[in-house]
Amino acid sequence: MPIVELKVWRGGDDGEYQTFHVEYDEGEVILDVVHRLQSTQAQDLAVRWNCKAGKCGSCSAEVNGKPSLMCMTRMINFTSGDVIAISPMKTFPLIKDLVTDVAWNYENARKVPHFKPKERDADGKHRMMQIDIERGQEFHQCIECYLCQNVCHVIRDHPENKENFVGPRFFIQMAQVNMHPLESVSQKPDALEGYGLDYCNITKCCTDVCPAGIKITDNAIIPLKERLIDDKFDPLRWLGRKIKIGNSK
Amino acid sequence: MTDFEIEEHEYDVLVIGAGGAGLRAAIESMALGCKTAVVCKSLFGKAHTVMAEGGMAAAMGNVYSEDNWKVHFRDTMRGGKMLNNWRMAQIHAQEAPDRVLELEEYGALFDRTEDGLILQRDFGGHKYARLAHVGDSTGLEMIRTEQQKAASLGVKVFAECTINRLILDKESNSISGAIGYWREKGNLILFKAKSIILATGGLGKMYAITSNSWEGTGDGHAMAMMAGAEMVDMEFVQFHPTGMVWPPSVKGILVTEGVRGDGGTLRNSTQERFMFNYIPEMFAAETASSEEEADAWYDDHNLGRRTPDLLPRDEVARAINSEVKAGRGSPHGGVFLDIATRRSSEYIQKRLPSMYHQFMQLAGVDITSEPMEVGPTCHYAMGGIKVDAETEASSVSGLFAAGEVAGGLHGANRLGGNSLSDLVVFGRRAGKGAAEFAKGKNEFSTIDKEFIDTTINNMMKPFENEGGQNPYAIHKELQDSMQSLAGIIRTEDELIQMLNKIGELKEKMKTVSVDGNRWFNPGWHLALDLEFMIANAECLVRAAIERKESRGGHTRDDYPNTSPELSKVNFILKQIDDEIQVEAKPLDEMPEELKQLFEDN
Repeated sequence: MPIVELKVWRGGDDGEYQTFHVEYDEGEVILDVVHRLQSTQAQDLAVRWNCKAGKCGSCSAEVNGKPSLMCMTRMINFTSGDVIAISPMKTFPLIKDLVTDVAWNYENARKVPHFKPKERDADGKHRMMQIDIERGQEFHQCIECYLCQNVCHVIRDHPENKENFVGPRFFIQMAQVNMHPLESVSQKPDALEGYGLDYCNITKCCTDVCPAGIKITDNAIIPLKERLIDDKFDPLRWLGRKIKIGNSK
Repeated sequence: MTDFEIEEHEYDVLVIGAGGAGLRAAIESMALGCKTAVVCKSLFGKAHTVMAEGGMAAAMGNVYSEDNWKVHFRDTMRGGKMLNNWRMAQIHAQEAPDRVLELEEYGALFDRTEDGLILQRDFGGHKYARLAHVGDSTGLEMIRTEQQKAASLGVKVFAECTINRLILDKESNSISGAIGYWREKGNLILFKAKSIILATGGLGKMYAITSNSWEGTGDGHAMAMMAGAEMVDMEFVQFHPTGMVWPPSVKGILVTEGVRGDGGTLRNSTQERFMFNYIPEMFAAETASSEEEADAWYDDHNLGRRTPDLLPRDEVARAINSEVKAGRGSPHGGVFLDIATRRSSEYIQKRLPSMYHQFMQLAGVDITSEPMEVGPTCHYAMGGIKVDAETEASSVSGLFAAGEVAGGLHGANRLGGNSLSDLVVFGRRAGKGAAEFAKGKNEFSTIDKEFIDTTINNMMKPFENEGGQNPYAIHKELQDSMQSLAGIIRTEDELIQMLNKIGELKEKMKTVSVDGNRWFNPGWHLALDLEFMIANAECLVRAAIERKESRGGHTRDDYPNTSPELSKVNFILKQIDDEIQVEAKPLDEMPEELKQLFEDN
């Protein structure tokens, strides 16, 4: 078997890169090599993983600086003699080795508006046309790997923004609720305010790294920004809000 | 009392496991007003449910109006070779449609029919197109939907927290809590609970070729047994017929049955559609006998009988195994699964987007223009904790179980699509059962201090055993031996060899040692999970030795036929004084009106 040189971050904030030489097979992915390293040379190497098929979003890391899922990064893309550096995601507090504290994401998951459906049809069923749900289905493909959050410079370079900005993953979730054909309540004028949509300046870094191929910026963030602006500045809606006649449903 | 600091919590209902069943249970328990927490080994939302692809079986009748719960019930029982708990199969078939609509109510976006209803797809062993689905990522849809619902209700989640033992109150002989550790720092945590729901999923990680993630170590199975619960049908493990076989890194990763449901067919190296040679008598009357008939059936189920590609999974897995053994396999030791020559590229990418990407990115195979290579992979445990069909109560007071960790619904073989529906039908019932039990209890039961000390000592031992056995090496030894000695095809000789092997592994476990400290240490986590895997392997092998026949997921080369005697019993396993005992128990008698369903055709 050929051998690859891995530089892997070990330890917490005060840790360092350690160099390992590990056997690999061309048909493998980085995660396989990390597992081999773990079982033969570094038993206590901390790494998250579950499905090994790009469906659960657990094994996010930065491979040679590129935010990636380790289970979807194939060794065939490297040549013998290459050095591969594997680091934890930078935007989140480091726990140990390749594992970071992603709790901030779960807090945001509780913060964003939740779905409430309108009433069912008389026969107890809901009717929706395929064409109307496809936009939402795209957002439902999110595997919560948080690579989009990791790469977003609003928080990557300015951690202080985390308080006022939920990040691309949760803009998708807001869009998913907002554009759901059965949605009944969360489309009030202020429903999109307070999540930091205006911080995003549409550099599309999130879209570039999304392993599920979701067009985060084009299909979620830009339409939400437009709705937010519409709601805020439409004179009729403004008047309606002033004299309190219903909402923008 | 030990010197270790222990963080303590009190909940009315504690749910262990955050997959489809655990989350549905927690939602129910919260709704009934119980203080509820969920504990899970991975991050929240990463449970194995996320890997489920094809769909969720429910006789909604949206595609074939002839479908109803009775047909679904009959399919489930026949698929399980009639060993199923009939009452669970009945409840499951009756309640699944409501649970699908409920997920929609929570926000799930299932694919639609032309008139806007939930679309249903064909799957193995189901007479009608019955699986509600979202492309080929239905499990992701289920878990995310439930996760968001649970978040909106404020369910407390303890993520990356592993439970190591259930605690019994000796006096009342009922559950009083659970003890475990935070994976991040290795700190200890103790839950007092009035009732506990196990929803820990499967145990497939004891095999080398498996679709299960690192979590599938059967913790719930083993912990329940250690607490004295009865286990049922442990010999039955499902080998899914279509796992990836190449490249090596993806060996065992699931290829959805939806590929065949949507028109794909299995071929051997001579391009023959070999499944026509493997139609068992039990299914002959309803299975197509020619390729023309099978293909017509895809267009309209009234124009022919169903394709043998969609026989129940046990039949298809055995057939693939036989073809490979006979030298008619594919280059990498599987068979071919071809949808490229049978459906348009557009259709394939629309219906099976995640299969398309999985093969493209991991194997460099374009499934719209070339066949996939597939072979059997350990996928699902039919057996598990024996529960009451109505409430999911186990034989231990205060302990409930739902989802894969519970046994009974699927009998000797599970039909595809019946797992996702199982999770929510019985997750909800377990939530209700456990909540009602908790409400009937004014106080928390006593925590056995001595037991806590023993458990903690046991957990810390791998750090004290310096220079002992490497947990990764023991795990590999278990996986390789289970794969070769207790896999798809079994014999008495090999099962006894495996039992001896388990004895050796137990000895090795006494000196298992890990490097480093308790700070996020996967070597330590594995060392603790290994105890569960070995206990489950022993259960499986002991039951497999007793079942001297071939049925469903259990195939004995030395007893190739079904036995009329053994068709009347389940094997119940129970741990008594550290010994696992096996006992045959007669099946519950099915009421006349249900028996009738099997006589009509």
